[in-house]
Amino acid sequence: MSTTPHDWALYEVFVRARAGLDHKHVGSLHAADPQMALQHARDTYTRRQEGVSIWVVRSDQISASDPSDADALFSPADDKVYRHPTFYTIPEGVEGL
Amino acid sequence: MTTPDVTTLTPVPAADDAARLARFEAHVAAEEKVEARAWMPEAYRRTLIRQISQHAHSEIVGMLPEGNWITRAPTLRRKAVLMAKVQDEAGHGLYLYSAAETLGVSRAELIDQLLAGTAKYSSIFNYPTPTWADIGAIGWLVDGAAIMNQVALCRCSYGPYARAMVRICREESFHQRQGFEIMLTLSRGAAAQRAMAQDALNRWWWPSLMMFGPSDRDSVHSAQSMRWKIKRVSNDDLRQKFVDATVPQAQFLGLTVPDPDLRLDDATGHYHFGELPWHEFHEVLKGNGPCNRERLAARRAAHDEGAWVRAAALAYSRKQQARQSRAS
Repeated sequence: MSTTPHDWALYEVFVRARAGLDHKHVGSLHAADPQMALQHARDTYTRRQEGVSIWVVRSDQISASDPSDADALFSPADDKVYRHPTFYTIPEGVEGL
Repeated sequence: MTTPDVTTLTPVPAADDAARLARFEAHVAAEEKVEARAWMPEAYRRTLIRQISQHAHSEIVGMLPEGNWITRAPTLRRKAVLMAKVQDEAGHGLYLYSAAETLGVSRAELIDQLLAGTAKYSSIFNYPTPTWADIGAIGWLVDGAAIMNQVALCRCSYGPYARAMVRICREESFHQRQGFEIMLTLSRGAAAQRAMAQDALNRWWWPSLMMFGPSDRDSVHSAQSMRWKIKRVSNDDLRQKFVDATVPQAQFLGLTVPDPDLRLDDATGHYHFGELPWHEFHEVLKGNGPCNRERLAARRAAHDEGAWVRAAALAYSRKQQARQSRAS
């Protein structure tokens, strides 16, 4: 569980597949520093032209929502169907909406 | 005494666990994925750590039998292909260690278990690769069997493992094809080459069938794993699927599958095959296969000889950090 001083830190890797797309999380790896993390990410996650850009970030620098809070965080959106265009009835014949 | 003591309070968290377990099981039964850090039964976590780390170790140890031929591949093309394949196996090991780490275990811990000999890896990698045809047979049969197993695991209930499997399957289809191509070249070659291909098939056929694990009759972990969708298809069903797919390929190569009981059952459309050499399976599993000791010794040597590189990289990183903090 604990990272001993002899361990390289854990980094999360994000790859942009091509210009126009977001960076997407692809996995993680260990590295001694950010520069090495980028080199390892290149070798580990882009051996087949999977990307044109890589982000790496130390895993312990990410703040994440707690899965057990998912209900409290996300259920308030459940009963707000009026936020979706399908909630509204538009009469036949009305165009361009 | 009316004051409740600690022992009478314990049923409360237990009931809580029962409710969480019920929610978890309903979630999995509905084909919803389980993600890292979500609540999961301890047995689910332990089973996954065992299975994913064994899988990762197999990828890493699996580099050794093939690495044996990198310097002796017959052409530059074959050499480039083999290096790419072995590099993929290293990558697959890393994806899998990374998936295991999401379950709260460290990669260093898992590697220690492998090097200490307390963790298992696929027994297939304890067989030797004395001829070039073995590289063909490994790609065709061993990767073929692995893909059969891994395609099923793409639907595993644990998200990080399932995603690693998708990536691995996408990359491995070339592994099987390059192996078949080697076998095809040899089987269309001179008599000595054909004999070499047949000899490799003879040696790899049964160990490949054993890769699917014990028969469903004797499989210890199967029922619970199927229920939790850690495992999606039974060992025997996958083995049958592999035999059905592979026998026609062997026929195309003009090679003979070394099983006198093998025959196509017209009624079912499946191949009937002979009893596996289970005694050998258990012996190799116990550590008495042809290369068990050699494989672990090679891994330990690689780990030990790389220690100074790991230490130097860390020392360099600390020095850079110190220099930066002095400058700021």
